[in-house]
Amino acid sequence: MNEKIKKVLLLGSGALKIGEAGEFDYSGSQALKAMKEEGIKTVLINPNIATVQTSEGFADKIYFLPVTPEYVERVIEKERPDGILLAFGGQTALNCGVKLYESGVLEKYGVEVLGTPVQAIIDTEDRELFVKKLDEIGVKTIKSEAVESVQGAIKAAERLGYPVIVRAAYALGGLGSGFCDNEEELVSLTEKALSFSPQVLVEKSLKGWKEVEYEVVRDKYDNCITVCNMENFDPLGIHTGESIVVAPSQTLSNEDYHYLRKLAIKIIRHIGIVGECNVQYAFDPESMDYRVIEVNARLSRSSALASKATGYPLAFVAAKLGLGYGLFELKNSVTKDTTAFFEPALDYCVVKLPRWDLGKFHGVRREIGSSMKSVGEVMAIGRTFEEAMQKGLRMIGRGMHGFVENKDIKIEDIDSALSTPTDNRIFVIAEAMKRGYSVDRIHELTKIDRWFLYKLDNIMQTSRELEKFDSLQALPDELLRQAKQQGFSDFQIARSIFKGATESPEALSLRVRAHRKERGITPVVKQIDTLAAEYPAQTNYLYITYNGQTNDVDFKHDHRSIVVLGSGAYRIGSSVEFDWCSVNALMTVKKEGWRSVMINYNPETVSTDYDMCDRLYFDELTFERVMDILDLEQPHGTILSVGGQIPNNLAMRLDEQGVNILGTSAKSIDNAEDRHKFSSMLDRLGIDQPRWRELTSKEDIDSFIDEVGFPVLVRPSYVLSGAAMNVCSNHEELDRFLRLAANVSKQHPVVVSEFIQNAKEIEMDAVAQNGEIKAYAISEHIEFAGVHSGDATIQFPPQKLYVETMRRIKKVSGQIARALNISGPFNIQFLAKNNDIKVIECNLRASRSFPFVSKVLKINFIDLATKVMLGIPVEKPNKSAFDLDYVGIKASQFSFSRLQGSDPVLGVDMSSTGEVGCLGTDTGEAVLKAMLAVGHRIPKRGVLLSTGSARQKAAMLASAQLLHKHGYTIYATKGTHAFLSENGIPAVRVYMPSQPEEHPQALELLHRKEIDLVVNVPKNLTPTELSNGYKIRRAAIDLNIPLLTNTRLAEAFISAFTSLKPGEIEIKAWDEY
Amino acid sequence: MHEVKNALLILEDGTTFKGKSFGYPGSTAGEVVFNTAMTGYPESLTDPSYEGQILVTTYPILGNYGVPPRRQKDDVSQYYESDHIHARAIVAQDYSWHHSHWQADRSLAEWLNEEKIPGIYGIDTRALTKLLREKGSMLGKIVVEGAEEPDFYDPNKENLVAKVSCKEVEVHGEGDKTVVLVDCGVKHNIIRCLTRRGLKVVRVPWDYDFNSIPCDGIFISNGPGNPDLVDATVENLRKALQGDKPICGICMGNQLLSRAAGAKTFKLKYGHRSHNQPVRRAGTEQCYVTSQNHGFAVDDKTLPADWEPLFINMNDGTNEGIRHKSKPFFSAQFHPEASSGPKDTEFLFDEFVAML
Repeated sequence: MNEKIKKVLLLGSGALKIGEAGEFDYSGSQALKAMKEEGIKTVLINPNIATVQTSEGFADKIYFLPVTPEYVERVIEKERPDGILLAFGGQTALNCGVKLYESGVLEKYGVEVLGTPVQAIIDTEDRELFVKKLDEIGVKTIKSEAVESVQGAIKAAERLGYPVIVRAAYALGGLGSGFCDNEEELVSLTEKALSFSPQVLVEKSLKGWKEVEYEVVRDKYDNCITVCNMENFDPLGIHTGESIVVAPSQTLSNEDYHYLRKLAIKIIRHIGIVGECNVQYAFDPESMDYRVIEVNARLSRSSALASKATGYPLAFVAAKLGLGYGLFELKNSVTKDTTAFFEPALDYCVVKLPRWDLGKFHGVRREIGSSMKSVGEVMAIGRTFEEAMQKGLRMIGRGMHGFVENKDIKIEDIDSALSTPTDNRIFVIAEAMKRGYSVDRIHELTKIDRWFLYKLDNIMQTSRELEKFDSLQALPDELLRQAKQQGFSDFQIARSIFKGATESPEALSLRVRAHRKERGITPVVKQIDTLAAEYPAQTNYLYITYNGQTNDVDFKHDHRSIVVLGSGAYRIGSSVEFDWCSVNALMTVKKEGWRSVMINYNPETVSTDYDMCDRLYFDELTFERVMDILDLEQPHGTILSVGGQIPNNLAMRLDEQGVNILGTSAKSIDNAEDRHKFSSMLDRLGIDQPRWRELTSKEDIDSFIDEVGFPVLVRPSYVLSGAAMNVCSNHEELDRFLRLAANVSKQHPVVVSEFIQNAKEIEMDAVAQNGEIKAYAISEHIEFAGVHSGDATIQFPPQKLYVETMRRIKKVSGQIARALNISGPFNIQFLAKNNDIKVIECNLRASRSFPFVSKVLKINFIDLATKVMLGIPVEKPNKSAFDLDYVGIKASQFSFSRLQGSDPVLGVDMSSTGEVGCLGTDTGEAVLKAMLAVGHRIPKRGVLLSTGSARQKAAMLASAQLLHKHGYTIYATKGTHAFLSENGIPAVRVYMPSQPEEHPQALELLHRKEIDLVVNVPKNLTPTELSNGYKIRRAAIDLNIPLLTNTRLAEAFISAFTSLKPGEIEIKAWDEY
Repeated sequence: MHEVKNALLILEDGTTFKGKSFGYPGSTAGEVVFNTAMTGYPESLTDPSYEGQILVTTYPILGNYGVPPRRQKDDVSQYYESDHIHARAIVAQDYSWHHSHWQADRSLAEWLNEEKIPGIYGIDTRALTKLLREKGSMLGKIVVEGAEEPDFYDPNKENLVAKVSCKEVEVHGEGDKTVVLVDCGVKHNIIRCLTRRGLKVVRVPWDYDFNSIPCDGIFISNGPGNPDLVDATVENLRKALQGDKPICGICMGNQLLSRAAGAKTFKLKYGHRSHNQPVRRAGTEQCYVTSQNHGFAVDDKTLPADWEPLFINMNDGTNEGIRHKSKPFFSAQFHPEASSGPKDTEFLFDEFVAML
């Protein structure tokens, strides 16, 4: 290895966003472990405070700073690293690294790029260079024409013939790319793409071809391996992040497989990768013709998936190769005995499914295509395709039970639903099969390979067989076993057998469970050992299957293990923060001398890294599967409170089965979760809460509103379409929402709460033991209540709360902790207006903000909570937030640019995909860092203000003055313009798209880039008001111009960047605060 | 759905696995071996090295892409490794009744039926593999419901090479240079790899005294079973080693060449049966992923002084090839012709051709 390297800088990927998510926490963590093993000092730049990699013990120095060339340069200047790792932080790190290389910064400070040379990165990123490079060795690429104008794109498309695909160069996850069937679509897409990238590529579409990828590793001695290949279930045309992916490939013959494998090795040798890369192919289903789609010269979502699918630690190995090791010098970390120079053999099948949350957005298109929209993914392991697929469909957590026996979905035109893929595609296939569509017909419409469809049809056939029986006694064992081998859950079996039963589905599922246990139909545990049992391996990486008859591991049954339930698929509202909590719980469990056991199925996580625990079950977090594992493990106890809502929801059912839930009791969890029970408890304790009622008729709703007044927050218990919650400001809106979204009835009540305007929202994160609070953190939202706590900007320690408010919050929290006898982590959300506080919600589990407050306060709340749950007495930490002489700001990352058509406005439903947390000596500095870290830029020219209601306009007045004083041109729409004029602030009047004949048009100015910050605050969240500003907000997003839609946040940001220059921001590592 | 018969896999130690039949509904017996390859069942089934063996595939899903047609090209089959199935049966976790591939002209089940070869699925092949791994390999039989139960059959007591070798001299391809190919159970891709390089291949039976044939080089093929039973070839090789004509061997060829040189072979604790065997070229930093299928290995320590190891297995350190220190003789224990498996070492054919 390279002995000169003593200190290494690693660039992280920042906040989680669509196209760049938890996988880079995993790959970065692995790289840091690899460096640590070599005794190399590590410096990490990553503002994502909720990640595992930014925790104590992973890197020597951690900077919560934006991953942009200017900040990275300043860290380099300060830290003087010998080497830099660019491949572990996604496209963000790669792009930043390329810029630092091109600007000569790396050379200036003598920083060596470890692993793949930057030139090789540029050769893969620049489309023209890439094609040229592969032409040199006669490898076929998708011929595209690079254009720099819309006219150029039209000409190129005419030459190539429609349909064509348009993509922006240098963009992550296919941002701004898509298919165009005609010129009109081409023009609109090219315009958008050109705003992200100076270069746009137009190429011939190969719709219907297979999409196959290989993960390839090469060392500096030119030794190459392909760790894994994967095949997309969906044919070419659907982004691999949007596609169901299967590993290994299922429909390739040996000749196909090795033909593409050999090509992949040829390509990576020619490009000169040192480390890991992936090669994506389009492969003709009717011949051996192929095209290389792209090569990613870095760790990617696919490489994280491949690592989890095979057990081969790609990122760890790639980091070592970057230091100059040969593959033959490294060991297979699963067998610990055989070499890392090998290709894993799988004796199982892996299915990855994307998780979408499109329902959370207004106006977004449901079609999936060449641009990524999914926010998370799951990986299911089975020994038949059917088993893995049905597991996976449950894991994505959309209320589905597998491929069959789901609630009905409404599809008007099956043919068009099949040929136009949406996030519902797989269930459309199920419906089509149910209606008698043949495999051939479905293949014709979807182009999905028949093999996959036949397998799905097997599931459908089995469900038909099951439905012929109406009692468990009549059901033949063989059919029951076959169903389980095809991944049917007890629930699915119950639903197909007990038609029209009055018992609860849960009770019926338990009857199936009892029956099959009695008949000896139980699953077995198998290991993932990378060598398909060819050699003995001591591996703790496990999954559960019905396709087998013996367990691979022994169970000691000494009650010395603790099972921790993980967080499942990342989704809006639950992502990497719960992985951090899970990992920390595992570490404490281990440290305290227990065996740590993890159950989770999210391949993007660190908690599913098999060296984080003593046993990893990569499997479902359903009641059924958790019980299967607990039956086998017979642990001392189970922890449900660190993985977010999924494990929390299992509390009551597990408790009923006598499972020892560690920490707060299931009954208390239920008392907090159940709105009625919780509310009456608060009443009993004399704690205030916003008035609410659960109502079943329009009349009752009206009379309740007469009592509390508008606006109100309406939450239907049964959602027809669109968002689950809405704020209604008048009767018209209420009627409209109830008509469209909620079907009010006795069966489907609606919860209506009073909505308090201009109130502060405050979070209490705490750990209690036997009802006594041991540690707590109070933080405040910058925005007023009404912005979902997951979208809000959060400040800790609070800087603008009355001492009296804090005191009351502490007191009320203490009362609640005592009443619910909390032992473990919990979170309470409060509203505060003047000094009145009201409780909005209480969760008896770790919350989204646990990693943030833990890291700012430097007290690990999860470590404390886990000790509490293990029954170890804990002392109150000798430190409080009042002692901190710095401020932490948690800001949200939005991914609206990926969600074509969605309205980028914040409301009561959460829409952010990630977050950052930055530290500063005061609020302004921390706000500025955090805002820059989530992709905002300090404007240089003009700011467009359109600031909502009179009150909001008034609130923004000081900010407008600041902008003016600092020489910005202010553009304003009618009302705002008038208000500014009255107050003596010059502004240019601009016109909304609704007045197209007037000039200047706001949209035009945006297109011309004369405006580089848009503050557009809707007066309220009514559809009419929203549609007014929609075009402007959407244009800002599509043209990549920073957009703020909340006055409080806009004020904070403007005040920060007008009072502080970016150069004045202090470069301080976490441990220097 | 498919009417399937139950079937049993019974091992010589009495272990019984219950499964279902998908191939020929008759019973059979043989030596049970596994392979961890994830693709390539048509190639493996027709590989003469599997003569007398019941093949267990650890990859759980079998038959996905059907079976390619039986086309002949240059007198050898285009997609198979011989003209018929050599394995006695095939065992998997799950069988795909429906296949999908543009090259396929029938399903695996249809093919097995045509060739009267049983297939069984629904078996915990991982549990089975762990058993076989520890015991080396075991005799076993497949008993399909309604068919008679056969006796155990031990193919290792037979000279399998004699059984699968060609019976007469055959000529393949044409070219200026001629190579004698000693057929110990040759895979057709070896012939394809040689003729593709412009060589005339004279394929002779295993015990044929090829020293009498005028040629530019000698190639010893792969083959089934125990190398200690193939004395005739070793005798002929000893004579050839006196001369200077280039000699190359693959798999069984490596073992026979080693024996001719004076080295000994032994049975491996864990046989190499996969597409992912790592080998390193001795004394270099060059490593290759190779396809392998063997239970015997050459004992490096018994190599005479004028020979040296050429390749080494990176997992267990066993021999993967030898070469003569001064003469153009070398061989590989793995399969540079792949088929099935990775093609990383096909360059060995080029090295051989360059010596001619």
